[in-house]
Amino acid sequence: MSTNNPFDIDLPDARGHFGIHGGRFVSETLTAALEELTEVYEKLRDDPEFQAAFDKDLAHYVGRPSPLYFAERLTEECGGAQIWLKREDLNHTGAHKVNNTIGQALLAKFMGKKKVIAETGAGQHGVASATVAARFGLECKVFMGSTDVERQKLNVYRMKLLGAEVESVTSGTKTLKDAMNEAMRHWVTNVDDTFYIIGTAAGPHPYPMLVRDFQSVIGREVQRQSEEQIGRQPDALVACVGGGSNAIGLFYPYIKYPEVAMYGVEAGGLGLDGDQHAAPLSKGRPGVLHGNRTYLMEDENGQIMGTHSISAGLDYPGVGPEHSWLKDVNRANYVAATDDEALDAFHKLTQLEGIMPALESSHAVAYAMKLAATMDKDKVIVVNLSGRGDKDIHTIAALDGVTA
Amino acid sequence: MSRIKTAFATLEAAGKKALIPYITAGDPQKEATVPMMHALVAAGADLIELGVPFSDPMADGPTIQLACERALAHNTSLRDVLPMVAEFRKTDNNTPVVLMGYLNPVERMGYEAFAETAVAAGVDGVLMVDLPPEEAVDVADFFKTRDLDMIYLIAPTTTDARIEAIGKAGSGYVYYVSLKGVTGSKALDVDDVARNLDRIRKHVSIPVGVGFGISNGETAAAVSKVCDGVIVGSAIVNLIATNAEDSAAAQQAVSALVNSMRTALDA
Repeated sequence: MSTNNPFDIDLPDARGHFGIHGGRFVSETLTAALEELTEVYEKLRDDPEFQAAFDKDLAHYVGRPSPLYFAERLTEECGGAQIWLKREDLNHTGAHKVNNTIGQALLAKFMGKKKVIAETGAGQHGVASATVAARFGLECKVFMGSTDVERQKLNVYRMKLLGAEVESVTSGTKTLKDAMNEAMRHWVTNVDDTFYIIGTAAGPHPYPMLVRDFQSVIGREVQRQSEEQIGRQPDALVACVGGGSNAIGLFYPYIKYPEVAMYGVEAGGLGLDGDQHAAPLSKGRPGVLHGNRTYLMEDENGQIMGTHSISAGLDYPGVGPEHSWLKDVNRANYVAATDDEALDAFHKLTQLEGIMPALESSHAVAYAMKLAATMDKDKVIVVNLSGRGDKDIHTIAALDGVTA
Repeated sequence: MSRIKTAFATLEAAGKKALIPYITAGDPQKEATVPMMHALVAAGADLIELGVPFSDPMADGPTIQLACERALAHNTSLRDVLPMVAEFRKTDNNTPVVLMGYLNPVERMGYEAFAETAVAAGVDGVLMVDLPPEEAVDVADFFKTRDLDMIYLIAPTTTDARIEAIGKAGSGYVYYVSLKGVTGSKALDVDDVARNLDRIRKHVSIPVGVGFGISNGETAAAVSKVCDGVIVGSAIVNLIATNAEDSAAAQQAVSALVNSMRTALDA
């Protein structure tokens, strides 16, 4: 590496900033809790006992390392670069989310907090939070927009089975952003005994940093597995971006190696020309929401806009601040896949590889298929298959006109 | 001297405490706001906190969330709120007006453009709940150079070191959030407020207003013993909500509440 590599820098800065993004834009009551969390985390991130506990659960509870799998038939179908899948869908609870909830539940435990709260859109983070709450004996409350409660009934039931209380949120657009508002309101009221497990690499400092750190096990494993299985590092990384935690987890260890291209795939919804999408990096502009400055979908008056995506997990008007920085410095490319492209990719991967991806991850697969076709056959793309599609079967069945 | 400074100085000279009502601009209609501001003053308000509607009011309870939703239903934006203040100023050049809300509408308008327009409209101070002093360092000059007061929150959880920093960064007054919770919460503990005010006074020389959980004259009077002003939001906004169809009835109900609080404060 050359010494003046602009990407070989340690972010965020002490105040949680990634370039102009990130920071800690919260009402005063929460500041002390965030300062305490930052202090505790700064100590624990290098603490061998904490790291050992984290690694142990990742290995024996989550089932890591997750495989890096060569999707041979999908590759043939696209006729270009090799497509490899990082199989986060095989994790316990079926998605990458659990890497983070294990880490944050351990933090809660080390901080002596007995109650945890979480926000959830599709329900994956809610399930992952309820799961670790059961595992660590913590009381768990999950905030979920009433629209999402309706369209993700199975996950709601899962959370209840795991002993969590699901709070249906009826304010605003009744989706993920409103669930996050309500979780913040609950936290401000119960800040003394409650730990807030944020589900993505966004929110006030130190959340974007600590979620990234917990998720970056994905990228580190890919580095090792690529060396072992392919004999070299990939040419391109592809991951879907809602809040962006699976993407930053894959990207982070690679940021300082600019020869590896990175593609974050946002939810293009019905297309980027209208406003029925959830693609703040592609179409939004920087603003402040949920404790951080980042690219947002907002109207001309700074009001946050409703979003649309076929996948509830990408249906969010903001994005993690580190992605906003990676966009500003042109280190990562942010692109979009539409609902239809994601659905098509879902069917392709299911039929060609026998792997049913989550609709979120299907966006990444969709873009990787396009990208692969433009690259030579000796090139390598690693796609983060962030979750499995079981939870989406009803959505897909309904779209295909199948009634169970 | 700024209107806010003058107002607190006049009150102090008279041995009185400030009564600071909050309403959300554009709730329930844009036309209702300026007449309601005048009604508040007539009923005994010393300073008005005018809420700028935001789609995601994270620090607010259901009452003010719904007020924002009512105001946003007919698109009341920051661009509408500033002319309301200008309109109010045509007949009231004394009562300070503080804009209260969230950062993003200001961020979208641009700090300099906002500060410029706000001053021209007759705004005296700005309180953005999700802009703590640390994040304001880069933009505070846009406000300071135009004598717009930056009003910051202090919470029960705020450390002494931060209280000191906030006391230095803020001007006009500081807003002490009486409890851990959102606006419209019920359980204000007067003794707890008194203890924290002792702590705050050690580091803060500007006036201290107390808000959250103050909904009647009795609580207002009790809290006012230890601070310089009381802020009343959700109790007023509730009356506006229940009289949303009838602006005369809303003004009457709000005036009666503000008046009873004025009487209790001055007793």
